[in-house]
Amino acid sequence: MKGRISRSLWLGAALTLAFVGAALLSFVWTPHDFAAMDIPNKLQPPSAVHWFGTDHFGRDIFSMVMVGARTSIAVALVAVGIGMALGVPLGLAAAARSGGLLDEVIMRANDLVFAFPALLIAILITAVFGASAVNAIIAIGIFNIPVFARLTRGGALSLWKREYILAARVSGKGAARISFEHILPNIANLLIVQGTIQFSLGILAEAGLSYVGLGAQPPTPSWGRMLADAQTLIGLAPHIAIFPGLAIVFTVLGLNLMGDGLRDLLDPRLRRART
Amino acid sequence: MRRVRQKMISAAAALLLAAGAAQAQRTDITVGMQLEPPHLDPTSAAAGAIDQVTYANIFEGLTRFASDGSIVPGLAESWEISGDGLVYTFRLREGVKFHDGTTMDAEDVKFSLDRARGEDSQNAQKALFSAIAEVNVIDPLTVEIRLSQPNGNLLFNLAWGDAVIVAPESIADIKTNPVGTGPFRFSNWVQGDRIEIVKNPDYWGTPAKLDRATFKFISDPTAAFAAVMAEDVDVFTGFPAPENLGQFEADARFQVLVGSTEGETILSTNNKMPPLDDVRVRKAIAHAIDRQAIIDGAMFGYGTPIGTHFAPHNPAYVDLTSLSQYDPELSRKLLAEAGYPDGFTTTLKLPPPSYARRGGEIIAAQLAAVGIKVEISNLEWAQWLEQVFRGKDYGLTIVSHTEPFDIGIYARPDYYFQYDNPAFQGLMEELNATTEPTKRAAILGAAQAIIARDYVNGYLFQLAALTVANAKVVGLWANAPTQATDLTAVYWED
Repeated sequence: MKGRISRSLWLGAALTLAFVGAALLSFVWTPHDFAAMDIPNKLQPPSAVHWFGTDHFGRDIFSMVMVGARTSIAVALVAVGIGMALGVPLGLAAAARSGGLLDEVIMRANDLVFAFPALLIAILITAVFGASAVNAIIAIGIFNIPVFARLTRGGALSLWKREYILAARVSGKGAARISFEHILPNIANLLIVQGTIQFSLGILAEAGLSYVGLGAQPPTPSWGRMLADAQTLIGLAPHIAIFPGLAIVFTVLGLNLMGDGLRDLLDPRLRRART
Repeated sequence: MRRVRQKMISAAAALLLAAGAAQAQRTDITVGMQLEPPHLDPTSAAAGAIDQVTYANIFEGLTRFASDGSIVPGLAESWEISGDGLVYTFRLREGVKFHDGTTMDAEDVKFSLDRARGEDSQNAQKALFSAIAEVNVIDPLTVEIRLSQPNGNLLFNLAWGDAVIVAPESIADIKTNPVGTGPFRFSNWVQGDRIEIVKNPDYWGTPAKLDRATFKFISDPTAAFAAVMAEDVDVFTGFPAPENLGQFEADARFQVLVGSTEGETILSTNNKMPPLDDVRVRKAIAHAIDRQAIIDGAMFGYGTPIGTHFAPHNPAYVDLTSLSQYDPELSRKLLAEAGYPDGFTTTLKLPPPSYARRGGEIIAAQLAAVGIKVEISNLEWAQWLEQVFRGKDYGLTIVSHTEPFDIGIYARPDYYFQYDNPAFQGLMEELNATTEPTKRAAILGAAQAIIARDYVNGYLFQLAALTVANAKVVGLWANAPTQATDLTAVYWED
């Protein structure tokens, strides 16, 4: 049974790849120039020329959704990167000094960040430092840090009691080397699964921030802002809300399915339970 | 359980009331508007929302605007102007009482005008009163205003919401409990939600037909659309989503009033910030802009193109749109002449209204087509006032100047355009000293031409007054000659 790839993993990976592919493709090709306005042809329904129709400025929605994928994925990817890059070392350090002062300080600081609803922090940061894609990345990145720190510490704590770690300590390796050489590779599966989930949350957060006007600024297309722009037009031209909305739904669904599938595949505890 | 029962009882009561109301003519109205006033003293703040609630309803001035923008008598029933144009003698109406029962007389007029033009006055439009030398009480019903120089605009100036008559007895609480002479009196203010006014039974003139009116504040365009559709509000003035008007027009329950406002919507330009200090660069911007695309794209066709800072419905308006025809080729040539063949980068700071946000995106695309890159930042009103209007930290911005007859702002070098032209300032002084209408029109024509040829700002379009109302409501203003929601003559048709 080992290594069986579930159907949900296939589906999730396919959806994710489709959107990552669209985002990458948008660097070299989109059906139309995503920024080109054609006001006499605004709010056109989907057609052979404009596959997803046109928006209130006559821009091609299909092209905007493609470029919007780029914005969403870039913001979420970098934000998860920030969360991992800072959260994982913090978690490893806390586990290595379990019960010590360092552990206390790190974990209480984490609790502090956790205590605020994630999106509220993001809104606070962008409201104070100004709305831009970079600030959105930082804001989403910050609330990813405690997620990874806590996960890493939890995973690492159970490993610290293992015999091979004891052997490494006896042979004179320092806590930092043990953490990176022995513990990190053994919790990588946890991190990958969590990373996928956080990635989907990051896309949702970016859409939410753009929706309230705190994400990427125009003319950079963003799914959240496309939805916000479509708000008062939904009765006239539903397609301009439906397509970016579907893009968000399918990307997040794809990433969640992929995360679930990867957990089934990679998590040794679950694997044992199934056999 | 008890709460459920209470709810049922109140629902039943509401039903009974509704049934009763269906037979009698309705005498209440709910008016939706986008912005909530910060307080209710029109004489000490620029916020238009204050006038939207109080003008003509609660407060009145010596003269007032009629719905077509003309000046008609208000609390003054008549006036005489001396031959040299320096002395105005106003005859006040008899028997006018403030809502607190005190009598409105010449002392109140003197108090109000002296307060508005005084040293420590908080009045947002102090310039309206700058020509006044002194205000004298002749007898309780006669006031004399002496000017230091002739001012052909005085009667117009006194009609502004900033020039309404207030009473010394009630001035202390005016911001939260406004006491005026109007056909409605203030009743209640639920902050963040609504203001209620009720009929003034002791009104001196034709009494209001409505018994009560509620102003409800709905800032979000989607919520505004939903509130009108659900008939939660009977009237929405300054409807923020022009794209939805078609749906209301098609629905027999509603009427859509499209009128003109005094709102010149302009691409305000920081005339001191390089490279925008170069008139060739500003001219290049003007020629890069396609006004019709902005009106169609941002306002869904509602709006009149303008070529200068003047309302097209004013008789003295001169059509100067040909000075800034859409011509990207010429624009690129001008940029090259000015030393920016590859364009440049500047900021475009946008306040919340959709004409600014959407118009800004369109202008950014149009400027990009000639090589000018603009960095858009969307600001809330408070930030906009702080950074742009007071701080002058901006390159370009879009805003609608809704004050009537406000070309005089170009004579103020410290205004946020930072436009300093002695020739224009001289014209404005000449205008103030002229009362003869044809001469005034000639001066105004010259003034419009100067700012159009200096390309001080990008002149986009005159904002349309968009009102959606229940089809049975009669007597609303279609045009907005000043910021006001005059409910005096409003009633429900059977």
